[in-house]
Amino acid sequence: MSSTHIVSIYDEELKYLTRRISEMGGTAEQMVSDAVRALVTTDGALAQKVISEDVVLDNAERQINEKAVLTITKRQPVSADLREILGAVRIAAELERVGDLGKNTAKRVIAVQGSGMPRKLARGLEHLAELALMQLKEVLDVYATRSVEKAKAIRERDDEIDAIYTSLFRELLTYMMEDPRNITPCTHLLFCAKNIERIGDHATNIAETIYFMATGAQPEGERPKDDNTASLVAAEPSA
Amino acid sequence: MNILSEAAVEKALDKKMNDVSYKMIGQDVSVYYGDKRALYDVNLNVRENTVTALIGPSGCGKSTFLRTLNRMNDTIDGCRVTGRIALDGDDIYDPSIDVVELRARVGMVFQKPNPFPKSIYENVAYGPRIHGLARTRAEMDAIVEKSLQRAGLWNEVKDRLQESGTGLSGGQQQRLCIARAVAVSPEVILMDEPCSALDPIATARVEELIHELRANFTIVIVTHSMQQAARVSQRTAMFHLGQLVEENDTDKIFTNPDDQRTQDYIMGRFG
Repeated sequence: MSSTHIVSIYDEELKYLTRRISEMGGTAEQMVSDAVRALVTTDGALAQKVISEDVVLDNAERQINEKAVLTITKRQPVSADLREILGAVRIAAELERVGDLGKNTAKRVIAVQGSGMPRKLARGLEHLAELALMQLKEVLDVYATRSVEKAKAIRERDDEIDAIYTSLFRELLTYMMEDPRNITPCTHLLFCAKNIERIGDHATNIAETIYFMATGAQPEGERPKDDNTASLVAAEPSA
Repeated sequence: MNILSEAAVEKALDKKMNDVSYKMIGQDVSVYYGDKRALYDVNLNVRENTVTALIGPSGCGKSTFLRTLNRMNDTIDGCRVTGRIALDGDDIYDPSIDVVELRARVGMVFQKPNPFPKSIYENVAYGPRIHGLARTRAEMDAIVEKSLQRAGLWNEVKDRLQESGTGLSGGQQQRLCIARAVAVSPEVILMDEPCSALDPIATARVEELIHELRANFTIVIVTHSMQQAARVSQRTAMFHLGQLVEENDTDKIFTNPDDQRTQDYIMGRFG
């Protein structure tokens, strides 16, 4: 930001929002990373830790909203300041959702325990999570630097995650067809994969919000989509 | 869903651009107070039936520009105006222009309510009388009533028209001044911080009034309140150090201005 406000406490109020968003981002990242680790190592204790941490994000989001309402009431912000506050509210909501997805993934750890997840599948999930987490980490860095160019770049990269998600989807279908006993754990894993894929979407939403905060305009054009699972069907069992 | 082709949209926009009619035109307007230059080559046109807000920090020249629009600066010693200012295409600084008649067409409301020390009725009737707008007492009564109604004051004063205008509250006095300004049926009303001496309720009444007056008049308002400019105007012009920084739709100026100085000023970040 170019210069500071004449009323310095206004700057403090805006900085509070930025700081809390960064904290939320760090917590959300940690939760997702722990949830996926708990999943592939079937670590029930770690999963429990993730589940209990979700309340931190819920509280942070509520506090950010309260501060935003107060700041709008007191300062009647316009232009970039108003976008800064609206952006914080929106990003807080996205991060809260990311936390929920992490928590939901952790909850499924118990259900898939003892199912003996194939190594290849675990690798696929880990890779998907790595990409989603990288996207989340980068978008949080962009939030700190407000680089319009980088915000655009992140938005245009979501298709990579979609592609891996689609291939995991196929793989899970195959396991389910091989042996009906796989259906329960694979359904849970499918939800886990979907959760992780959604995290990428939330990172993309955050990138779009940052773009709006910095420019006052919405990024142009459709975001690239490579999630084809909506039309995927299992092959007919051969007779 | 109705999807217009790009060409159709372009055409509609073109038409909109061409439909803009300017009530007043300011071309290369410069103002000097003695040796001191207060305005630098300002090019700013005022759209008809539109509220145009002039904003900017103290001493930026916004009031100076406002005052050139009805030659209020004529009354200041050593004040010199160059450039061209036209009302409906006619140069208002032309020697053939009758300044009294000009100010009947371009009325003014000041920062501090300044009713004449006369009755409420006389405050409103004074202008129409000197301009010979009413032939009979009944006609004058009608003008006074209509003007007070337009100013949203009629119901509050109709039973005490003979009482002194100075006995009204500040907000009522300002609306009396607005009634006085509209009584001579001006085409343009200039307002120089009309609400800065009023409480929030009186301010809201005046803003409501500005909104209604826009249908019949062209309004130019100088205000120090950003929020007020955002609320009442459709166009906003930002001044700084005697120069016009930018002029655009009010919605644009207050959400995403083009100029950094405007951005800093509206966000309270000057310096």
